[in-house]
Amino acid sequence: MRYEDVAEILPGVVDGTVDIDENTRAFIESDLRCQAELARYKRLLRSLEQLRDQRFEPAPGLLAATLAALSEEGERRAIRSLFTGKRLAIAGAAIGGVAVAGAAATAVILARRLRAA
Amino acid sequence: MVDLAELVVAASNGDRLAFDELVRQTYVDTYTLALRLTSNEEDARDVVQETYLRAWKAIPRFRGDAQFTTWLYRITANCASTHLDRRRRHRHEPLGPMHEAIEMRPEAQPEQMAESSAELALIGRALEELPEKIRSVVVLKDVYGLSHEAIAEELSISVAAAKVRLHRGRKRLQEAINEDPRSAHAI
Repeated sequence: MRYEDVAEILPGVVDGTVDIDENTRAFIESDLRCQAELARYKRLLRSLEQLRDQRFEPAPGLLAATLAALSEEGERRAIRSLFTGKRLAIAGAAIGGVAVAGAAATAVILARRLRAA
Repeated sequence: MVDLAELVVAASNGDRLAFDELVRQTYVDTYTLALRLTSNEEDARDVVQETYLRAWKAIPRFRGDAQFTTWLYRITANCASTHLDRRRRHRHEPLGPMHEAIEMRPEAQPEQMAESSAELALIGRALEELPEKIRSVVVLKDVYGLSHEAIAEELSISVAAAKVRLHRGRKRLQEAINEDPRSAHAI
């Protein structure tokens, strides 16, 4: 085995993202070039972790714009639910109306039949 | 300052003022991640707004089995991915350079700062130059510590693809660092 055979997997070996067999592990552990490369990757990972502590300050106005967008969304939702409520009420009233009309028609028909009898 | 966990509980029960306070406490971090993922201030601002709109809709379902910030990072990653896909379809201008980071968290102790700020700046620049799809995975895994599974889910890729992109990204970063004569990494 040579360094070139394992160079491609070293970025994954450094934190165990890549599974390797015992032979490969033994080679990497004994090869100075692999060890030097792994040390560089370890240092890279430490540095990347430290980037987490950096913060980029947004231009003024982002917070206000975000809170305003949330308020607008809240209002839109309230209006939507109001319309949904109105639609339900209208549908309910229509169904009720049809039921009442049906009952009235049935009563009229029954009354006529009774009278005819 | 009210505790984040208390705010999360209140917000998940529909308390908008609590959610507004969550936004105040986290928006700079969210913006920082959005900027790292998009490399463009305007896009990052859009991603932040979209993230909080989605978070407000989803917070009643937040189970608390993950940290709120991790949950928010996942939403940010998903929004950034969607935003960049849309951007690719409609616009073709190159993404602009990011600003220098202006602040380190106060809780970061000096002894933890193993690398110099010049080295971090070099890595930050190298990260910016990675192709967007590779950069996203490196940022989410190596900077923010998300799992491969979470990254795959939010970026709509397989776990294997996430790992491949991560390894390519690390390799390219290492090469960029090695090529820079100012880098102490170059041995």
